[in-house]
Amino acid sequence: MLEISGLSAAYGQLTAIRDISLTVESGGILAVIGANGAGKSTLLKTIAGQLKATTGSIRFDGADVTALSTHERARRGIVLVPEGRRLFGSLTVHENLQIALSAKRSGVWSLESVYELFPLVAERRRRRAGDLSGGEQQATAIARALIANPAVLLLDEVSLGLAPAIVGQLYDRLPLILEQGTAILLVEQDVAQARRVSDEVHCLLQGRTSLAGKDLDLADISRAYFGAEATA
Amino acid sequence: MSIVNAVIQGILLGGLYALFAAGLSLMFGVMRLVNLAHGAFAVLAAYGALLIVRTGALNPIAALLIIVPAMAVLGFVVQRFILQRTLGTSPLPALLVTFGLSIIIENTLLLTVTADQQRLNLGSFDTAAIALPGGIRIGAFPLAVFVFALVVLALLSLVLSRTQYGRLVRAVSDDPGTVQLNGADPKLIYGFAAAIAFGLVAVAGVASGVQTSFSPSSGSLFLIFAFEAVIIGGLGSLWGTMLGAVVLGIAQTVGAAIAPAQQILIGHLVFLVFLAFLPGGITRQKALR
Amino acid sequence: MTDLLSRRSASSTQRVSRWTPSSAVGTSAGAVLIVALAALPYLINLATIYAMIDLFVLLILASTWNLLAGFGGMVSVGQQAYIGLGAYSLVTLADLLGVNVFLAIPIAAIVSALVAIPVSYLAFRLVGGYFAVGTWVIAEVFRLVTIQIPQVGGGAGVSISAMSGFPRDLRIAVGYWVALVCVVVVVGSCVLLVRSRFGLALTALRDDPTAAATSGVNVDASKRLVYLISAAGAGVAGTLIAISTLRVQPSGVYDVQWSAFMIFMVVIGGVGTLEGPIIGAVIFWLLKQALAEYGSAYLIGLGILGVLFVLFARRGIWGLVSRRGRVDLFPVGYRLRLPDQTRRKQ
Ligand SMILES: Nc1ncnc2c1ncn2[C@@H]1O[C@H](COP(=O)(O)OP(=O)(O)OP(=O)(O)O)[C@@H](O)[C@H]1O
Ligand SMILES: [Mg+2]
Repeated sequence: MLEISGLSAAYGQLTAIRDISLTVESGGILAVIGANGAGKSTLLKTIAGQLKATTGSIRFDGADVTALSTHERARRGIVLVPEGRRLFGSLTVHENLQIALSAKRSGVWSLESVYELFPLVAERRRRRAGDLSGGEQQATAIARALIANPAVLLLDEVSLGLAPAIVGQLYDRLPLILEQGTAILLVEQDVAQARRVSDEVHCLLQGRTSLAGKDLDLADISRAYFGAEATA
Repeated sequence: MSIVNAVIQGILLGGLYALFAAGLSLMFGVMRLVNLAHGAFAVLAAYGALLIVRTGALNPIAALLIIVPAMAVLGFVVQRFILQRTLGTSPLPALLVTFGLSIIIENTLLLTVTADQQRLNLGSFDTAAIALPGGIRIGAFPLAVFVFALVVLALLSLVLSRTQYGRLVRAVSDDPGTVQLNGADPKLIYGFAAAIAFGLVAVAGVASGVQTSFSPSSGSLFLIFAFEAVIIGGLGSLWGTMLGAVVLGIAQTVGAAIAPAQQILIGHLVFLVFLAFLPGGITRQKALR
Repeated sequence: MTDLLSRRSASSTQRVSRWTPSSAVGTSAGAVLIVALAALPYLINLATIYAMIDLFVLLILASTWNLLAGFGGMVSVGQQAYIGLGAYSLVTLADLLGVNVFLAIPIAAIVSALVAIPVSYLAFRLVGGYFAVGTWVIAEVFRLVTIQIPQVGGGAGVSISAMSGFPRDLRIAVGYWVALVCVVVVVGSCVLLVRSRFGLALTALRDDPTAAATSGVNVDASKRLVYLISAAGAGVAGTLIAISTLRVQPSGVYDVQWSAFMIFMVVIGGVGTLEGPIIGAVIFWLLKQALAEYGSAYLIGLGILGVLFVLFARRGIWGLVSRRGRVDLFPVGYRLRLPDQTRRKQ
């Protein structure tokens, strides 16, 4: 359903990802791992359309979406939960969720069903999003993305800066989302966490794929994760 | 008693200034852009109404039915094809372009309609007034403008707080990139905001053309009055803008009563006093409401 | 007159010695140019000399506005406040107080800078676009207050008699030399300022105010200093206008059109560069000589050209001809660019 081949992207002169290829099937999950600065966020931003691809293509449901703008991709169901959550701080939680209605996609996820999935968010719905705690913000960000009824959900470092208990709670929701046929492409720095939610991992090292596959050996992963110096 | 009268006239004048200021405030709130051609577009609308009044059988009020939609479309187009290209972290390009536009509009008008002072005529409505005890007369037209400004601001504030478009406007002023991630196009949101702002400024321009005379160079004063109202009221608050407009109106009319022909200078001075002692404006609000 | 000449050459040799070897070539070329310009009244007709005074005024205005907007990041539409203040200071000093007219020029510049201090405290409460309109309001206040002062002619304006001692030809030549000295001093100061450590701090400030502040640049003081210098420059331009036109009128010296011209010159030439405003001023002056009689049509043309430059050639002519132009010619920081590039440009 989401097919990426030979994808590269750059910030000005600086190429941040190079020649990345991967696929995620409907209802499937793939974890992208890598050290700080490996290019994980860049990959997701490029798929979502926030960054232009310099080479390669992004195909989605059989159509080439490489040239589409970010909001057009969101309307087709490619929805990113960005790094750092990026809620609209001056809007209430409820209004934040309502914003995603602009994607105009119908499906199982509605304000009611999303509140059911995240009772924590439902409780805080009248609060200004800027006043929430980190965990509440992350849950709201995922909830907001779900309102758009994504076909592919791109999750960037859900665990960033959160207590393990909260991270566990959030990850517990993923199977319920996958069940609806949504595909998930998630970025995670914590290898153990990534392997818990996904059999398949895709490891980036300095912008390139260093390892990809199912049920990989932990030693191989750590070599691919840290690069050559780990083997020395 | 003349002071009471001046205050009442000032409040009514504030309604007119609020119409000028609301568009400026809205565009700044949505896209952080100060449209230096704001006043020039008001003058353009007034001349548009004059043209219609002169050729057809329409009076200035009926002409609004043509002018307002036309200006709204113009606003959308100007935003999409010119202003959009100037938005970014630096305010410089947008300022330079809108200042350029104001010069282009003013001089085009000078070439085509001459520098003569003009006025829009409403016939008997122009002079109709409600007489109050104590010799105070409330002009029917200024009163209508004031009420209209209140209604428009109430509607706008309702749109901003209750509708999906209003939420998008507030969201886009927080973070346009993330609005796009949620499936909405910031360019369209900006375009509609510009359309609303230009529609409002068209009404303001025509209303002002009925109340006082205007010429191609009236635009600078319209811009300055709108700006003073916005700053006195406090950035980001529509009701603050209304309040600021009323304060400016009162400053001018009371000023004129104290020192005839000095109303504009006194208005500026009151603005500077507010800037010095209440720089956040009467209302301090971060978000657009 | 010889006095003026010697003063000028003294200051230019001094500048050579202060400059780095790499810029010595350029500076000597500049010195030759200045000497040639100084000799001009002996070589060409008076009408041209008179027009050249106008060029010098424009050079001063463009350079100081560029300092303000291109390096200080402050877009002002109200520098005409100081043009008017300079012009009226000169009238007051020379005609009403009997100060030597040449001495009155630097004093008028100082007056402009001093007045700019309290004004800056007001104007700096506004930022960005609102700063622009705020400065305009302040300039309007200056104009409206000046109109109230009968000693300088109120709204009708005042004629200057301090120069009436000179015969017409000499008066124009002297005006020209004075303007030449002023342009060398003002433009030279702008160059020195931008190349100094303070200039580096300014550039840092323009590119990224927060980072500059955290690394020890005093943001407010730096901006205020730039504002004062620009005010002094505009004041000097005002005195030159007064000396060459011999009449000062509020509607003329306080006209917002001056701001339009400053903006046009700097945008066309290349904002935030040293060379840009000079190129812009020369081009604007040539256009004015050729086309100003077309009035409104000419101004429409300028407006369209300015808008096109901002939209399609933001670096101005200097940016187009020179690849080694300074970083980003608009005060846009590179650091801010990447994370925030998507903010408003998509
Ligand atoms: N906005 C930006 N402008 C310039 N360079 C950037 C920008 N964002 C990221 N980079 C650079 O691109 C490279 C990849 O960054 P990216 O954010 O994709 O890494 P990441 O894998 O998500 O790291 P982290 O785990 O720390 O979030 C890094 O070298 C980074 O410095
Ligand atoms: Mg990242």
